[in-house]
Amino acid sequence: MQINTEVTTVQKPEKRRKKGNLLLDMKQNRVLYLMFVPIAIYYIIFSYIPMGGIVMAFQSYTVKGGLFSSPWVGFDNFDYFFSSGKAWLVTRNTVIYNVIFLAAYTLFSLTAAIFLSEIQKKWFKKLSQTLMFLPYFISWVTVSAFVYNFLNYEYGIVNKLLEHFNMAALDIYSGTSYWYFLLPFLYVWKWVGYGSVLYLAAIVGIDQEIYEAATIDGASRFQKIMKITLPLLKPTMIILILLGLGRIMRGEFDMFYQLIGNNGRLMDATDIIDTLAFRSLMGTADFGMASSVGVYQSVLTLIIILTANWLVRRYDKDQALF
Amino acid sequence: MTTATSNRKINSTPWFTFISYAIVLIIALVCVLPFIVLISGSLSTESSVLKDGYWFWPRDFSIDAFKFIFRYPQDVLSAYKVSIIITVIGTALSLLISSMSAFVISRKEIRYRNVLAFFLFFTTLFSGGLAPYYIWISRNLHLSDTYLVLILVPMFNVMYILILRSFIQGSVPEPLIESAKIDGAGYLRIYFQMILPLSKPALASIGVFMVLHYWNDWWTAMMFTNNNNMVPLQYLLYKMLSSINLSSSMAEHVANIDSPKETFKLAMTVIATGPIILAFPFVQKYFVSGITIGAVKG
Repeated sequence: MQINTEVTTVQKPEKRRKKGNLLLDMKQNRVLYLMFVPIAIYYIIFSYIPMGGIVMAFQSYTVKGGLFSSPWVGFDNFDYFFSSGKAWLVTRNTVIYNVIFLAAYTLFSLTAAIFLSEIQKKWFKKLSQTLMFLPYFISWVTVSAFVYNFLNYEYGIVNKLLEHFNMAALDIYSGTSYWYFLLPFLYVWKWVGYGSVLYLAAIVGIDQEIYEAATIDGASRFQKIMKITLPLLKPTMIILILLGLGRIMRGEFDMFYQLIGNNGRLMDATDIIDTLAFRSLMGTADFGMASSVGVYQSVLTLIIILTANWLVRRYDKDQALF
Repeated sequence: MTTATSNRKINSTPWFTFISYAIVLIIALVCVLPFIVLISGSLSTESSVLKDGYWFWPRDFSIDAFKFIFRYPQDVLSAYKVSIIITVIGTALSLLISSMSAFVISRKEIRYRNVLAFFLFFTTLFSGGLAPYYIWISRNLHLSDTYLVLILVPMFNVMYILILRSFIQGSVPEPLIESAKIDGAGYLRIYFQMILPLSKPALASIGVFMVLHYWNDWWTAMMFTNNNNMVPLQYLLYKMLSSINLSSSMAEHVANIDSPKETFKLAMTVIATGPIILAFPFVQKYFVSGITIGAVKG
């Protein structure tokens, strides 16, 4: 998961002396460069040219002018976006949800991994892992069917159970409070299998002699977890959390859109940057808003990834993304 | 692990073992329970669901919902066709081009290989946002409503290319490549006859993730298709779940009264999700190694 920007092996001096430009390199390694052409074309068309489309945020988009030559309006779109009150709202929601997601994901993955590592019956370990992976394999569309299945006001299984105990049924679309719990729960549900594999791999990598020594000294299994496993997992945890923080401005669009959609009553509590950008573009066709939201998100993301990577690099150079 | 196991047994405490099993079991059950409720709901009669709601097992067994879907299967079959086509072609092309590019940026002869890697990596750091992307693809490139857009949009993931590069560097011995070059093999031939076969384990893992990615993709279809013949399964499912309406081909034939609306939704979900869940046990191995090769080295 890292990009080496350094040249890893020292080249022979006579090779290094043949300094040439890119064109010379291309000529000498024609076939290799040609093999890179397909991916280069792809990313030019699907990433770099749309990147140039950030100019759209400084223009008043017209169909005639198109993507690159509509009339310039300076920062009007941004003024509109920031004065609409939406900017603070969606930024706050995006950050809050992502922080909760990351914390809950780390906690549960770690817990699952630690207890999985304590299990000695192979078949039980394998079977429970298989079951934990299942949610990762389905789309958020399917998850929305599950939510319907469990929490539907009339037929949902949760409401049927509540009814059984003579309690009032939940109407999850009536209030925002349910979602602060439900969204993190579903996020963890979907990712815990994946996360537990990451931490389990780190646990398996711990030197077994440390445990043996602790056993001889009479440490209990609980003590071994607290004093050996957790401290030794700290580096992995810190790296994974920092890398997770790098994605903090990118919402889980799939999840929010599938579970909540365009529900007006829940909007204030569940509108994230991605859903706002999508709605402005596809719903209200407010291109000024859509493009300024996009640029706002891109710039923030870039700054945060650079910061997160800088922190990772300071902590453990080998784990840095670049 | 075996030594660890035997050592841990020395002072194993029964209650701790019990807690470990209990916690793992609870997490696993919570993960699998929705699937059980889904399947039992799809196998219930409409009337039992309307009367008593969903339950953990079918209270009144019936396959009417499935029968209903397969009475007018055009939409479902067409969605299956689209999903299978884009998944197969997309995954194959993606693996081919990703590994080829990974091979290129792994070669030390290329002085600018890190520049090329950064050219790819930069696209994950910065983007122009959704609006220009959408307008560029739909209005400038006119790719809407084509198989091409469904295949191309989800096609690559830079991380997979970088993982493949590390894999090639780590598992294809340099002397092997050098000797092939001396024997007169060109880079293309080296790639097809050495790199591809030797990268099989990594390709299998990344292939699993790509298949999942294509199969579960509804976003591309929502953004870029309007044509009913271009709807992949997940998007069809989304359309059916979000509107209580049946699919167009079914609605034409069916009087409202006898259509099982509640169980129908669940049966449709089972049909759309089933193949990936059935295939899963066979690819779990690759899935796990896929997570760990891309992960931080513990």
